[in-house]
Amino acid sequence: MSTIASRAQVRRRIRAVGLWLTTFLLMIIICLPGLWVVLSAFRPNREILAKPPIWVPEQLTLNNFGKIFGFGAEQVGIPVLAYFTNSMIIAMTSTVIALIIGVGGGYAFARFRFRFKNGLFLGLMLFRAVPGIALSLPIFILWSRLGLIDAQLGLIIVYVSLNVPFTIWLIDGFFRQIPISLSEAAQVDGCTRWQAFWRIEFPLARSGIAAAGVFAFLTSWNEYALASQLTRTTDSKTLPVGLMDFTAQFTIDWAGMSAMAVIIIVPALILTFLVQKHLISGLTFGGVKG
Amino acid sequence: MASIKLNKVVKAYGKVKVVHGIDLDIGHNEFVVLVGPSGCGKSTTLRMIAGLEDISGGEVLIGDRIVNDLPPRKRNISMVFQNYALYPHMSVGDNLGFGLKIAGQSPKVIAERVDEAAGMLGLSELLDRTPAELSGGQRQRVAMGRAIVRHPDAFLFDEPLSNLDAKLRGQMRAEIKKLHQTVRTTIVYVTHDQIEAMTLADRIVVMRDGHIEQVGTPMQVFNHPVNTFVASFIGSPPMNQLPGRIEGANVVLADDSRVPVPPRLMDRVSEGQAVILGIRPDDISPLGHGLGMPEDAEQVATLELRVDLAEPLGMESLIYTSIAGQEVQAKLYGPRIVQPGEVLTFQVALARAHLFDAASSRALEVA
Repeated sequence: MSTIASRAQVRRRIRAVGLWLTTFLLMIIICLPGLWVVLSAFRPNREILAKPPIWVPEQLTLNNFGKIFGFGAEQVGIPVLAYFTNSMIIAMTSTVIALIIGVGGGYAFARFRFRFKNGLFLGLMLFRAVPGIALSLPIFILWSRLGLIDAQLGLIIVYVSLNVPFTIWLIDGFFRQIPISLSEAAQVDGCTRWQAFWRIEFPLARSGIAAAGVFAFLTSWNEYALASQLTRTTDSKTLPVGLMDFTAQFTIDWAGMSAMAVIIIVPALILTFLVQKHLISGLTFGGVKG
Repeated sequence: MASIKLNKVVKAYGKVKVVHGIDLDIGHNEFVVLVGPSGCGKSTTLRMIAGLEDISGGEVLIGDRIVNDLPPRKRNISMVFQNYALYPHMSVGDNLGFGLKIAGQSPKVIAERVDEAAGMLGLSELLDRTPAELSGGQRQRVAMGRAIVRHPDAFLFDEPLSNLDAKLRGQMRAEIKKLHQTVRTTIVYVTHDQIEAMTLADRIVVMRDGHIEQVGTPMQVFNHPVNTFVASFIGSPPMNQLPGRIEGANVVLADDSRVPVPPRLMDRVSEGQAVILGIRPDDISPLGHGLGMPEDAEQVATLELRVDLAEPLGMESLIYTSIAGQEVQAKLYGPRIVQPGEVLTFQVALARAHLFDAASSRALEVA
């Protein structure tokens, strides 16, 4: 008896360890490039380019950051601060606009019956399926006529339209999960439809809206292809586009580029951590019988 | 506290009519139950009274106001929903006080009224919990409390007990009845459960396919159903219905067996008329095991029937047998055990039997 039991136990243990190892390996594959970038940001160029490669850093330095921000002896003439500001303004504004449209649209699709509803929804999803870069030429021509090349507004409009289908889709799903009877109960309790939305349905959909916001922000924050075509100068260039400033005709400043990549990654990470709670919490449980 | 009046109320979705111009007067402080099978329009009717559903035709009056175009918040009604619809992100106390807060009442008034309602429903200990931390019965009580605190003109209940288990349902049914006795307010209550309707209602409104079939006190509806639908819907187990034909003083059933026409209905039948004989299971019992069989021999018919199946329920048994080839349920009162295959002499209480016209399904007597 006991041997059978222990054998089963051993088998379970082996399976657990196997699963754990597989997960670990997968995570390494996924994380390694990122980790390498972060490491490179703190190493001198010499060590990054060493052959054979130096796996464990021998020397850690903040020089790369000092360099791109214009401190210290070595200086690189890259206006990181301007790029950062552009990125922030463009990503934030486009996210806020996409969220406002997404909340309105998602609510409408979840709650109201109107003509062509299914067609419209399908249209939005199809639009989402078109790769952004395929639209770059028409957008470029249009924007150049409208004078939106190398303007923050130009990118904001592009990112809003890239994000809106997704935010509508995501937020629609969250509103659908909230029983209509909650809004009805609030209306019977004395609310206008608008009050019922703000006091009951909006707080309950908060986690979904936060999730949509994070995705929209990250899309705009990380986007490179369209931004590289629609921006020219420090007036509108974003961080990902700015990365290319580190490539010269014959050399690439890997250390500086990595340092800037870290600057791009950090806000995205912070944001994701901040809203993590909302992403996970399911607030709607318990109010109605499931 | 107000009366509610429906005048020729119609609900249509496009060309599909689901409520066909119903008229109903609900008195001040009356407890009215709308009952019927699913899809009969009872919930839609209630939602039109609440203002959650547009009214396609006719008028709804609460008190003496026509409320057709008023939004729910201006109708001064409160509603208990089937799924409770508690606000999951608020505590029980906030749930109860939400309506008052929206109405701009002072925190003092809100606290007083919430305490009053919580005390009435035994929720005082739970005010700080969230709905997720409550049991089904407690949630149901919070939903009722939320309705009470606002002191509305009328309460609307939309199948409030259908999510509870049988035992809790019985308890909550009693609480709702008590609630009505303490707060004395007009109540419109929707259910598909005829037992809830019978036990709670001052008056029952039986609906089918968007029409009102019958309105009456529970006993009126039970004792004098106006048609075969009401007869089979109200009462459990349902009334047995046997098709037959009038020949002289008898109803001739499908297998040519004869049951006398109930004496009180003699002058309402005509020779050769196709009828349906309705007998409740309680009114067919083995000899000596009936309840309240009429003493007058004229009012009792006697039949020899073979027992197909017996379900003992303790002090009574439900017996399945057949008359004229049709399954019939009968009741045996007393602790006697009956075996399938036994042939017993059954008595039928003709005084309480019903006759319906087969063509129109309408009862031959006028209540």
